[in-house]
Amino acid sequence: MTGQYPKIYLYKRIVQAKLFIDSHFAENIDLNNISDEAYFSKFHFIRLFKKIYGKTPHQYLIFVRIENATKLIRNGIPVSETCHTVGFESLSSFSGLFKRMVGKNPSDYFAEQQQLKKEMLQTPLKFIPNCYVSQHGLSKNSNFEEVSL
Amino acid sequence: MITKVSHMCVYVINQDRAHDFYTNKLGFKVVTDAPMGPGMRWLTVCPPEQPELEITLFPLVEGGMFKKEALKTMTDLVKNGTFGPAVFTCKDLLATYEELKAKGVVFKKPPTKEFYGFEALFTDDSGNWFSLGEEEKK
Repeated sequence: MTGQYPKIYLYKRIVQAKLFIDSHFAENIDLNNISDEAYFSKFHFIRLFKKIYGKTPHQYLIFVRIENATKLIRNGIPVSETCHTVGFESLSSFSGLFKRMVGKNPSDYFAEQQQLKKEMLQTPLKFIPNCYVSQHGLSKNSNFEEVSL
Repeated sequence: MITKVSHMCVYVINQDRAHDFYTNKLGFKVVTDAPMGPGMRWLTVCPPEQPELEITLFPLVEGGMFKKEALKTMTDLVKNGTFGPAVFTCKDLLATYEELKAKGVVFKKPPTKEFYGFEALFTDDSGNWFSLGEEEKK
């Protein structure tokens, strides 16, 4: 099927550009260079990218940065370090974009995730449907009883 | 009245490898990752736009429901591609196919127009297979 599809080469180029953003989001990416490398005019590139991914390349870059910021924060990386690690230079613009996309500011999200992580460590069975616990004997294997003392 | 699916279970051969596959290749998000003692971890992921559905990546290890013989049978069945636990959808099947292929995901069937829709089939790192369809364009 794909061999018969006349525009598959266009998909490959746009997908390569998307994957480039996925792996280089933390760098100072010039989206003009991406369209050049994909052999598109800037206009054509943006139009096709948006058609496939529902976002312009710039919007997608911001989305990937914030998505990765949530992962870092979940892993306990402080907010200011996260901001720079994912490619933002300004903490205020990072916080504003983060709040717009995630629905809360980064420091609140950090505190919430730390609390959640603590609960998962101390009371893991609280996060598991009981049928799985009983059917698979998870309570026998878990460290639940030890750490909850 | 049943209203929703909240959890589904995918049996995996290696939980760490499955974690890498489902997050880094498929782009799913981790919902719960709770340590359960030596060799056990409760790990659930969700498709990026469906946070309310937790897919449990359940490791095939001896204990609980899996006695030694049952474990071997189940492991062989998973590895041999017996199970197709779910149908996923995406906004653009050709683009998603190209992306997943570039990330090393193995497809049993490339995007194909069927009478019921546009569909591809891929397998996870354990051997489970999934149908990948395209959402109807509005």
